[in-house]
Amino acid sequence: MSFFDLFKSKETDRSASIAKERLKVIVAHERNQRNAPDYLPALQRDIMDVIRKYVDIDQDQLQVDLNDDGNCSVLEVNVNLPK
Amino acid sequence: MAKIIVITSGKGGVGKTTSSAAISMGLALRGHRTVVIDFDIGLRNLDIIMNCERRVVFDFVNVIQKEASLNQALIKDKRCENLYILPASQTRDKDALTKEGVKTVLDDLAEQFEYIVCDSPAGIEQGAQMALYYADEAIVVTNPEVSSVRDSDRILGILHSKSHRAETGQPPVREHLLITRYDPARVERGDMLNISDIEEILAIPLLGVIPESQAVLNASNKGIPVVLDEKSDAGQAYMDAVARFMGEDKPHRFLEAQRKGFLQRVFGG
Repeated sequence: MSFFDLFKSKETDRSASIAKERLKVIVAHERNQRNAPDYLPALQRDIMDVIRKYVDIDQDQLQVDLNDDGNCSVLEVNVNLPK
Repeated sequence: MAKIIVITSGKGGVGKTTSSAAISMGLALRGHRTVVIDFDIGLRNLDIIMNCERRVVFDFVNVIQKEASLNQALIKDKRCENLYILPASQTRDKDALTKEGVKTVLDDLAEQFEYIVCDSPAGIEQGAQMALYYADEAIVVTNPEVSSVRDSDRILGILHSKSHRAETGQPPVREHLLITRYDPARVERGDMLNISDIEEILAIPLLGVIPESQAVLNASNKGIPVVLDEKSDAGQAYMDAVARFMGEDKPHRFLEAQRKGFLQRVFGG
């Protein structure tokens, strides 16, 4: 680092730690999808259809995740209902 | 029994071909009969990096389609008698590679060579999948940069699910992390992911760290694998990585920024 760099913005200094945090999140998410069973997208569509019989929601308001808890798997369904 | 090594990354431009040239030359210099195959059908470049682009007569696809024999297509390296190059086809499309065809060629090569190094194309399509399909070992080339690390994780997923070893329930492909274009000065400033960040995210053992180096571009300009530039940092780092691959215990080098003189520190540069 040169003497003149001291006057530059400090904002970029920690960009590596931002990169690390962003990577951890996206890699974990993509690994989960990779290990998910083949039926998950179809299951998600069916749940979507059932909910839409009653409430009109968008695709991104439904989140379906399958998490491995060691000895059992937990199906987590999150629905954001419009007010 | 020949060992099949794939040099892969998902992302393009991270140094797969440079690493394939350096590692195969490194293995050959250590006395092992080695062949390096260019799997990048339609975009062959290993030949120009190895300085044999004018000696290509027949290629990998010619051999698969039985238009030439394996020995007609193999190019003997002029600098090391243990090293041979099997160039990619420049004209056919990548669907010319089939599992059966690739297997036949690899089986024939296994009779003559100890190490078969497969230089993968970028991406996760047919060509990249063929390059890694029969691998025993995978060297995942990664730059300290978000898109490269993410793509490396994608390619690890494919190794886990779509390689021959995975499909037939054999012991998994052995994975190695090779970090290239590492710039210790930028890491010290906090502008670049450091080694432990990348190791933590990808969770595979570290084979080597190749520093960002002038020597790499110089070497490809001249068509000389960078390990032949024995004085260069990158050349030495690749030879260390090859030694570790062979099971030697070598400390990692070139991980710290070069200290600058007083004037450089004041005025930068």
